[in-house]
Amino acid sequence: MKLKNLFLNPHNSLEYGEKKPKDRLVACKKCGKEIPVSKIRKNSFVCPYCGEYFIVRARRRILMLTDKRSFMELDRNATSKNVLSFPGYDDKLSTAIKKSRENEGVICGYGTIGGVECAIFSMDPIFMMGSMGAVVGEKITRLFEFATIKKLPVLGICVSGGARMQEGMISLMQMSKVSCAVKRHSNAGLLYMALLTNPTTGGVEASFAMQADITIAEPFARVGFAGPRVVEKTINRPLPPDFQSSQRVLECGFLDMIVERAKLKDVIEDILKLHLKG
Amino acid sequence: MTDIEIVRGARSEKRLTAVDYINGIVNGFIEMHGDRYFGDDAALIGGIGRLGKRAVTVLGVEKGKNTKEHIKYNFGSVHPEGYRKALRLMKQAEKFDRPIICFVDTAGAYCGVDAEERGQGRAIADNLFEMTDISVPIISVIIGEGGSGGALALCHADRIWMLDDAYFSVVSPESCSNILWKTTDKADVAAKALCLTSEKLMELQIIDKVIKSGSVKKLKSELEKELLVLSKVSKDRLLDDRYEKFRKIGYDWS
Repeated sequence: MKLKNLFLNPHNSLEYGEKKPKDRLVACKKCGKEIPVSKIRKNSFVCPYCGEYFIVRARRRILMLTDKRSFMELDRNATSKNVLSFPGYDDKLSTAIKKSRENEGVICGYGTIGGVECAIFSMDPIFMMGSMGAVVGEKITRLFEFATIKKLPVLGICVSGGARMQEGMISLMQMSKVSCAVKRHSNAGLLYMALLTNPTTGGVEASFAMQADITIAEPFARVGFAGPRVVEKTINRPLPPDFQSSQRVLECGFLDMIVERAKLKDVIEDILKLHLKG
Repeated sequence: MTDIEIVRGARSEKRLTAVDYINGIVNGFIEMHGDRYFGDDAALIGGIGRLGKRAVTVLGVEKGKNTKEHIKYNFGSVHPEGYRKALRLMKQAEKFDRPIICFVDTAGAYCGVDAEERGQGRAIADNLFEMTDISVPIISVIIGEGGSGGALALCHADRIWMLDDAYFSVVSPESCSNILWKTTDKADVAAKALCLTSEKLMELQIIDKVIKSGSVKKLKSELEKELLVLSKVSKDRLLDDRYEKFRKIGYDWS
């Protein structure tokens, strides 16, 4: 890896290309109430009537958690190639890029949270359902390497259906690759915090989502390894209603805490400050 | 053979299983049980023995050879406690400076409510995390099925080898076909597209060596040779090489 490339082209891109939002109405998927966008935004993208958690895109997540104008993006131009010539993957990629207005399924960079410097990766739930291919794995690996060199903590915002099938074994091996970088970051005595959002499953859950020092989940997030339909088919019985819900995963001992979306920034900020040295 | 035929062959009941390789390769194998947290997973066999003159730790995923054994070994689907047993024995191997050999043959980690609630994902994640730094040589051989994360949890190794008629895949061709095209009939197309054969994975530099299937003796001598090579590498170098091995996969993008 060429280290100097790590530091090329940082961008403050959160506001980039963002148009002045019109206050249109959006219907809540759960209670059906039509709510003005401004009101949803003010309420941390939670339905003010029924408490339903709306999907939050990767850039918005960073915007919600970092200090204003502090985020600098790294590796923003990385795009995937159809290395295996997988049928239909080229079309899927171009559709994903168009639909998501992102180059790939993760945004990496650094910024401050309550004044504390932190490296951040934020996965995008829209870009091919947050699946992990070579570029997602590479960007996250680079971020951990960057954070290790710069002695920064890492905040990882996870949302993923798992490894990206269209990249075959190359995508599966990203689990190994990222794990190596997480381990070296950990060996350097640095903090890694993972925020698991709905859904965090498959190969992402079975690697870096579950390797953090502190693991936080949002309420009502699905956190698990196997897909619920696969499990249901295997055991041939209906699943318990709370299966793979973050509440259940907390009870089972695999999460440190569940934090409401509106309180996330404060909690993350407090934890970061407790890990400041000197 | 087409790719889907290779997959079906890798699942065949007539194949040699992990027990055959362990008995054929390791002298005086002593089996160890339990993860020390919850239980003992029969699907994951672990223990110590001798390979040539060298003491080794051996791990294998066993499927069993008939219905009774299939049930005993849970068809080679490992529970979280199996992965935790493996990690326990790997850490022990590190303490006593023994190299580790893994024989991998699984359709995937077990999918069940119990497995999920005992942290299947965390167990696999832990293996990947800890194996990064286990300072003894690790060689993994895929002897049949290499099913996704459940197989990868034992393949975070210095050398990944495959029998020429085994497969290693991110997803089963049937599930892939089902997810992408809403039918399991196109498993043959999926198998081809997934590049899951030893030949293709060698080309992609995901694996390090292809071994001709059918000769346990040949595999034994190859393992002995490779352990000799790895035993001469310093611990720091071993771990750096392991890091670089995975670091370079999927690095080439613009």
